[in-house]
Amino acid sequence: MSDAENSQRGREQTPMTQSQSQSASDDTSFAKKAKPERLLSGYHRSAGAFDELLAAEGDIFPHYQKLVGELEDFGPAELTRRAEASQRFVREHGITYNVYGDPRGLERPWQLDPIPFVIAPAAWRELEIGLVQRAVLLNRILADCYGAQELIRSRWLSPALVFGQPDFLRPCHGIRLPGDTFLHFYAADLSRSPDGRWWVVSDRTQIPTGAGYALANRLVTSRILPEPFRDNHVHRLAGFFLAAQTALAQLAPRQADKARVVLLTPGPHNETYFEQAYLARYLGYTLVEGQDLTVRDNHVFLKTLSGLERADVILRRVDDDFCDPLELRNDSILGVPGLVEAVRAGNVVVANALGSGLVQSPAFMSFLPGLCEHLLGEKLKLPSVATWWCGQTPAREHVLRHLDRFVVRPAFRTHQSLAEVGPDELRRRIEFDPDLFVAQERVELSTAPAWDQGSLVPQPVSLRVFLVADGQGGYCVMPGGLTRVSPDTDGKFISMQRGGSSSKDTWIPSATPVQELTLLHGANQNVELRRTGNNLPSRLADNFFWLGRYSERADATSRLLRSALLRFNPERAGGSRPLLAPLLQTLETQGQLTGISARPELWANAEAFEAELLAAIFDAERAGSLRQTAEQLQRLAMLVRDRTSNDMWRVLSQIDDRLAAPPARQVMLAGDAVGVLNQTLLGLAAFHGLARENMTRAQAWRFLDMGLRLERAVYLCTLLDATLRSSDAENPSLLEAILEVVDCSITFRSRYNLLPTIPAVFDLVLLDDKNPRSVLFQIKQLVKHFDKLPKERGDSASPGKTILAGCLSRLEKTDARELAGPPEKWPESIVAATVRQTLRALPQLSDAIAASYFAHSAISRTGRGEV
Amino acid sequence: MNYHITHRTLYEYAAPVSVSHHVARLAPRVTPAQACENFSLSIFPEPALRKERTDYFGNQLCFFAIQEIHSRLEIITRSRVAVSPRPPAPDESPAPWESVAGIFRDPVSPEVVEPYQFVFDSPQIRASPALADYARESFTPETPLLAGARDLTRRIFTDFKFDPQATTVATPLEEVWAKRRGVCQDFAHLGIACLRSLGLPASYVSGYLRTRPPEGKPRLVGVDASHAWFRVFCPGPGWVDFDPTNNVRPAGEHVIVAYGRDYGDVSPVAGILTGGGEHAVKVSVDVAEI
Repeated sequence: MSDAENSQRGREQTPMTQSQSQSASDDTSFAKKAKPERLLSGYHRSAGAFDELLAAEGDIFPHYQKLVGELEDFGPAELTRRAEASQRFVREHGITYNVYGDPRGLERPWQLDPIPFVIAPAAWRELEIGLVQRAVLLNRILADCYGAQELIRSRWLSPALVFGQPDFLRPCHGIRLPGDTFLHFYAADLSRSPDGRWWVVSDRTQIPTGAGYALANRLVTSRILPEPFRDNHVHRLAGFFLAAQTALAQLAPRQADKARVVLLTPGPHNETYFEQAYLARYLGYTLVEGQDLTVRDNHVFLKTLSGLERADVILRRVDDDFCDPLELRNDSILGVPGLVEAVRAGNVVVANALGSGLVQSPAFMSFLPGLCEHLLGEKLKLPSVATWWCGQTPAREHVLRHLDRFVVRPAFRTHQSLAEVGPDELRRRIEFDPDLFVAQERVELSTAPAWDQGSLVPQPVSLRVFLVADGQGGYCVMPGGLTRVSPDTDGKFISMQRGGSSSKDTWIPSATPVQELTLLHGANQNVELRRTGNNLPSRLADNFFWLGRYSERADATSRLLRSALLRFNPERAGGSRPLLAPLLQTLETQGQLTGISARPELWANAEAFEAELLAAIFDAERAGSLRQTAEQLQRLAMLVRDRTSNDMWRVLSQIDDRLAAPPARQVMLAGDAVGVLNQTLLGLAAFHGLARENMTRAQAWRFLDMGLRLERAVYLCTLLDATLRSSDAENPSLLEAILEVVDCSITFRSRYNLLPTIPAVFDLVLLDDKNPRSVLFQIKQLVKHFDKLPKERGDSASPGKTILAGCLSRLEKTDARELAGPPEKWPESIVAATVRQTLRALPQLSDAIAASYFAHSAISRTGRGEV
Repeated sequence: MNYHITHRTLYEYAAPVSVSHHVARLAPRVTPAQACENFSLSIFPEPALRKERTDYFGNQLCFFAIQEIHSRLEIITRSRVAVSPRPPAPDESPAPWESVAGIFRDPVSPEVVEPYQFVFDSPQIRASPALADYARESFTPETPLLAGARDLTRRIFTDFKFDPQATTVATPLEEVWAKRRGVCQDFAHLGIACLRSLGLPASYVSGYLRTRPPEGKPRLVGVDASHAWFRVFCPGPGWVDFDPTNNVRPAGEHVIVAYGRDYGDVSPVAGILTGGGEHAVKVSVDVAEI
């Protein structure tokens, strides 16, 4: 960058007092004359829209010049490489968005355009001032509606707007809140009209989502464009989150350093679950569902394995009316019974306050200019898109006269869609109940440069901005926001729920280097060292346990199928059976193959048999297939997302991806399948390695490992049991296959240097407590885990411990040399009995663990069913 | 008229309940025509937490939490209530219904903000053009409001059959409308929905009705039940009650417990339990004249 350009930037930093439209023309006067050729060759201002990049004369606005110059310097090949890298980052970080009713499944990768949206600092400062004023105003309106209701009595606000709204929560009326703060967070959707003015298109006061996606976009964009990010001195987002952390901690009724903030999620099926888990981890909050919380003595507690721990602040992502089935929506299963009363008593703070959804109604927009002058004595600085609420007679008449000119929307939250309603029906509905409708002018969106196959093209953008209450009655604005892009908006606002839209990072450049911030506490604070980590919510312990079980199930299944495929020779003469029976029997007993032992014709038909094995790997419709197990793993990983590392997530996603995508239109061969199984096993090894080396030995790891040990013991015992029943059991090549499945071939060879025999194999696989793949090893590990678990209530001998003690003593008394005798004696041997008894005990052990630690008592209701 | 009222509610749970939270609205209201002279609310087992307050609609509410393991919950209220046998307001109250509906159209004057709350849809009651059509047979043009409401009450009584088997508290109004059957709660909802469909403010009233034994039979204790009816706002006389289940204007024999937009605002005992499973409930109400 030249000095001349730097000084231009400096001039742009000077405070401006002119109106917004003037500031837009001021930008033009500094515009650079030369236009970079290649990158922008296809970029044209679209008629009738404001362009964020090019001024009317076709020059680049100063605040975009540095970025465009650097992009130009990279050249198309390098830019393409970086654009691809951004997609990879999104996938690897698991940044996703759930689309309701999408047949392709839950998670959809987040769409990110690599070119950031840049906003001039002066324009941004004006926006900030307007946004803070609006947040303060909306908060004041809420405080009045849930308090004195003076605005209604003095006719500044139409009573129908409050009393007729389902989002006016009467049980929350009269609750006193700390600092009278209802809106701890506020977001607004903005768009820019052709004259360069910013308009608020919608207010988000119920659950202002998107700040986490803005952060994720920043993470990716700053990595793929580190040089422009640095040279533009882009304002950091961390300060906003630090302000949020500080503000929420100060809300706690208890001392701030003891305060526990939890993030209440509706669960993994919610559209923004990724963001909830991401924010919880970034901010250091426990991610909880309603069933993880309970109210006792009018205080809210988190149910953990070690008992109840108090929660002081609830950052909610559950709609307010669903937060308490007792006083709010009776049919809610997402909430916490008694929460409203605990809030009323001041024992817990909910952010945003229960009832905040009220002012999200677009009908409020038409009242804001008057309310702003009345309440704040100021003019409303940031205008809303022109809105007519049909509840007012003149507005209704105007709307009905010009119905074709407007976009009619429901005034209040409703599940009714107006998309399919024709003009006559719409008119009839408005006339019958006018309060329920608003009409708005069609939104004009400005266009900004977006990446399109090697060059920049103009695409319509809208901007969601985020504010957090500072605890002093003011608000702090995130310097940036979530920019949304749509190639085709059709005059409607961009929604991530609709297909085809993408998003961008949003840059507010600065003339001077910006301050680096971190969410970690400063050096001068007293640091309390903590080592427990023993506050795992019971629901998560359950999920970790099953994550362990399914990961081992995938491992065992892959090993069995791989050994079967490797030994199955299609050229084998018809009828001669491969020595596989115990392997296949194990897969059948554990549900991966169905009825294979009852269908001898399969043995004769090599192709049918191979197809059967391939289906057990890849068929998503088949119960128990490896593919289904991998999907379960992925689902469980999502449930514990905020408690596991990105690496673990990535490893599991890759396993699922590989099984989900067999090579297109290619005949799957046994050899290909073995390759996939090898990859799967490496992925699982990576997962287990990460668990062992990277997770602290706290409860999460313990339950994961318990699940793994238990599942491994199940598969081992099933295989050993099937081996003793097999007529080929003495055949060394079968025993070699078994050693291969349990990964003990090398150990065996180093010990015995001869062909495997039944007693030697059983000693190694059943009874050798130095072998991490023996049954006894699993049982001993489980015993160790049980000793470290929190004590159960009553402290009587725990059922799980009793079961384990029985298994352990039987195994320790068993001697594999007993099997040296003739095979006819095996079924009656102590070894066989031990294997069978262990196999029976393991499911009981699993049930005992669930009963002691995962008990999620169902909630039931009384009262609204009876008189 | 003076009454001793005993209202006993007993829940028996199939599985033990470890913690439960409840909201009860059982205390008779104090109104110009009704005085509540004694009220006691006993809860077994003893709640760990118990708080009384007034809800948004001015009803007495008791919030309580039981934190010990229990498999039955008993709630007993006893009250002594004096009700004045107020002479019914004259049907000839001149205000035609259209002019009353006009008051409740935007902009609304501050004096009627309180009744204005009851013009709108509520969770269990939605206005509809069909209900408006039904109501208009009683509210022909220029009909005085109270005369119209009286006739609507009579038509609900005639057109709908009282049938405790036909509905539960969860039955939506549309089903009551289609089946033409229901109980007092359904008929109250129906009357309110009709009035609101015309833009008139109407509210739900829960309470008790003194029952008279059949001629020559002794009065049985505990066979009475909770009752429900509706009221409509008329400038001048104010709120006026109508009981469509019995086709009467309440006077001296109805005891008011709570007002709300619909049943959901006033359900006598609501609770959320952890555990519990299936449960059985027994309710007995006794309204004895002193």
